[in-house]
Amino acid sequence: MPEVLASIQGVSKSFPGSSVPALDNIRGEIRAGEICGLVGADGAGKTTLLRLLAGLMEPSEGRITITGLDSVDDTSAIHERIGYMPQRFGLYEDLTVVENLHLYADLRGVVNEERTEAFERLLRFTDLARFTERLAGALSGGMKQKLGLACALIRKPRLLLLDEPSVGVDPISRRELWKMVGDLVDDGIGVVWSTAYLDEAEQCDTVILLHEGHLVHNGPPDDLTQHVEGRVYLVRGIAEDQRRQVLARSLREEAIIDGVIQGKSLRLLVRVGESLPNLPGTAEVTKPRFEDAFIDSLGGGPGGESALAAGMTAIRSGDGTPVIDATDLTKKFGDFTASDRVSFQVHQGEVFGLLGPNGAGKSTAFKMMCGLLQPTSGRAKVAGLDLKTATSQARSRIGYMAQKFSLYGDLSVRQNLEFFAGIYGLSGARKRSAIERMIETFNLDAYLKTSAALLPLGFKQRLALSCAVMHEPAVLFLDEPTSGVDPLTRREFWNHINGLVEKGVTIMVTTHFMDEAEYCDRIALVFRGRVIASGSPDALKSESIPGREASLEEAFIALIERELGKTEKGAPA
Amino acid sequence: MILRLRALIIKELLAILRDKRSRLLLVVPPLMQMIIFSFAATLEVKNVSLGILNEDSGQASNELAQRFHASRTFRHITYLKGDAEVAPLIDSQGAILVMRIADDFSRRVESGQPASVQFILDGRRSNAAQIVQGYASQIVSRFSEELASSVPGAPSVKLLERNWFNPNLNYVWFTVPSLIGVLSTLIGLIVTGLSVARERELGTFDQLLVSPLKPFEILLGKTIPSFLLAYCEGLLILGVAVFVFRVPFNGSVLLLLGGLAVFLLAIVGIGLFISSLARTQQQAVLGAFVFMVPAMLMSGFATPVENMPPWLQVVAEGNPLKHFMIIIKGVFLKDMPPAIVAANAWPILVIALVTLGAASWLFRSRLE
Repeated sequence: MPEVLASIQGVSKSFPGSSVPALDNIRGEIRAGEICGLVGADGAGKTTLLRLLAGLMEPSEGRITITGLDSVDDTSAIHERIGYMPQRFGLYEDLTVVENLHLYADLRGVVNEERTEAFERLLRFTDLARFTERLAGALSGGMKQKLGLACALIRKPRLLLLDEPSVGVDPISRRELWKMVGDLVDDGIGVVWSTAYLDEAEQCDTVILLHEGHLVHNGPPDDLTQHVEGRVYLVRGIAEDQRRQVLARSLREEAIIDGVIQGKSLRLLVRVGESLPNLPGTAEVTKPRFEDAFIDSLGGGPGGESALAAGMTAIRSGDGTPVIDATDLTKKFGDFTASDRVSFQVHQGEVFGLLGPNGAGKSTAFKMMCGLLQPTSGRAKVAGLDLKTATSQARSRIGYMAQKFSLYGDLSVRQNLEFFAGIYGLSGARKRSAIERMIETFNLDAYLKTSAALLPLGFKQRLALSCAVMHEPAVLFLDEPTSGVDPLTRREFWNHINGLVEKGVTIMVTTHFMDEAEYCDRIALVFRGRVIASGSPDALKSESIPGREASLEEAFIALIERELGKTEKGAPA
Repeated sequence: MILRLRALIIKELLAILRDKRSRLLLVVPPLMQMIIFSFAATLEVKNVSLGILNEDSGQASNELAQRFHASRTFRHITYLKGDAEVAPLIDSQGAILVMRIADDFSRRVESGQPASVQFILDGRRSNAAQIVQGYASQIVSRFSEELASSVPGAPSVKLLERNWFNPNLNYVWFTVPSLIGVLSTLIGLIVTGLSVARERELGTFDQLLVSPLKPFEILLGKTIPSFLLAYCEGLLILGVAVFVFRVPFNGSVLLLLGGLAVFLLAIVGIGLFISSLARTQQQAVLGAFVFMVPAMLMSGFATPVENMPPWLQVVAEGNPLKHFMIIIKGVFLKDMPPAIVAANAWPILVIALVTLGAASWLFRSRLE
């Protein structure tokens, strides 16, 4: 058994002014030579636990020891032994790569030959040697994280704490980061990797799984997934336009406790001791994922009903012209082409996803479609209206939900609803009934007077969605709608979206989150400003990696690598 | 359009007024500043330390020295024994003024010849030194007048002073009305400056831009609430000036209210300009102060604009606060007639048109 580097003994942490503790009786151990995944959604308590481990806060109850030293009494000794990389790593964006390294070397007191050696080792390790003179602010998300990692490793720590290192990092860099951390672990360092992505949990040696401050699981990830072994089914062969109804129907079944859309198929989780009810298509048992087990341990997901969609009038089918129509959308910022002749069509009742790493240009394309950016050339039409000429009319047909729920935090829930109804031109009885319907649908009653900033995360999302759909838009734009959200809230959200789609609403979504991409009917993969592939998730999977069942992430990496190969061959050296 | 605009205005007002901290921020600091300004920003000189080097021992010189003792302005009087003590006393700031009476002073006075005294002043404190010199000269000239009138038949000219509009030269009467301009500028700038920047920072700005609101509606929705809040601030300070500080209000309330409205249009324009330029709230606040400090210095609040070099006086013409200061003090203390108010108001109106125009141009061009 390898040495225990950190031991968390019944730790709780409460913050003044908050009735619920941020952490409640957490236990766990972190060993040398292992990656410990600290897994949970935003607000689950990950950062609090990491800060406790780093000795930056004192636990309200319980005790933490790091290499036998108490986290409260021996803080400075602990700081000698750990490396800590906070969420937005403290890089100085106006300093170059090497100046950042020098700064952290100075702070850590690494001098002379030791410094030269450390720099050489770290630059080789992170592959940043080519960029030493570049400003840290000009690095891509992945490279920033690598530099952050290098700064945390200047003096080789016994224990390395990484707070959400994979946020804002494209899949290729994410894979490289994992490999780098793997090398460190082989060297005998213990690593804590905190993440909101449940698929990353499967790659860890042990997992501390948190949900709303409570410990859900502590141990190897397989111990948890084992519980759902044989209860996860993949249902294939459902007609494409039927799978949302079938999902809604199956979630009404007593025996099924969770279900999501996965490309053309449905992924269903069956209650212990029950068997899969009769459904269209062919079902087979599939390998469980960590997420299935997480939902199972929380007692199952939400039902499949959407009260929101139920109360909405269906949009009449159009004449078959695309609802969203982008033709050769190009956007240049100076010399830089952020979007290069991007074209796509989305038809009524479709869910269309723009998928791509950060900085690839998916946000630029997305912003041009909802009128936030004027294209340099090309045309964007929504619901038959040109965004350039009929701006205000086109916008009244659009609903928009931004990444971080852009609500007015100082306004109460009701005031937010009133405001959004107002700017979309609702008035009188129509306004009143729209607001009442939203309150009823999303159970906002208890929170009407609460300031939006103080709402629990799930309710924030509900409020943001109600503000976006109150005026019954024909098209709904969603920007990374569920990143960092726990799987239950994410399911509830997609239930509503699926319900809206059934009513004829067209959805356009950007995401870098593979699970979210699986909900889409079609996706366009954006890379370096261009659409490099598009089609249904299943088609992309089979096209990029023929012959076996690949995950969307693998397909994504394969397609990008193929594209990189093409440009390298094509471009003169 | 009215509906959308109304929703936006209500939202802006609620966003500021619902938050307890920003509510307090609108009331408490201005009142504190008002108290501090009105007591601290005073140019009156009291409790002056004086040195007297009396080389004469006659009656007239003693008489003159006694006059200084009798004055309430001079509190600490040090008698020096010789020339050598003058420099150390001034160096150590033991006195701002040393009066030197030559050894033939009494003799010359008695024989009816002109006599002189010398003032040595501490030029490091030039402002205070000037004022002290004024007080001291007054005492000396009154002394000499009395001497002259005691000689029968000698002609005498007597100086009688009257201070119009502020008979006792009460400094509060000067500072407090000016603060209506200064503090409503501050609030107007900060509230408008933060309004767009705050939404940019929180990401709610995109939400507004994708709604059917047109850019000029957003602009109006930002202008009106800030204008209203700054206006209320101006009224609050006006009330405090009249009812708490008891500064007499001699002019027409309507003229002042009208002037304040025009003035705040100009300020809100500047605030919006800063706000459109700033990416974060921090930048907006910094920007507001970059405007605020020179605007105050060039307004005639602390130092007269006429004292500045000619080129700077030209620049000061572009400062709305400078024109508004004239209106405020004029209406408050001397019942300025409408024609003169209008003559000072139209430059503000021109400035307002320029700032609002520039702000909306910048706002639109930065939407990308």
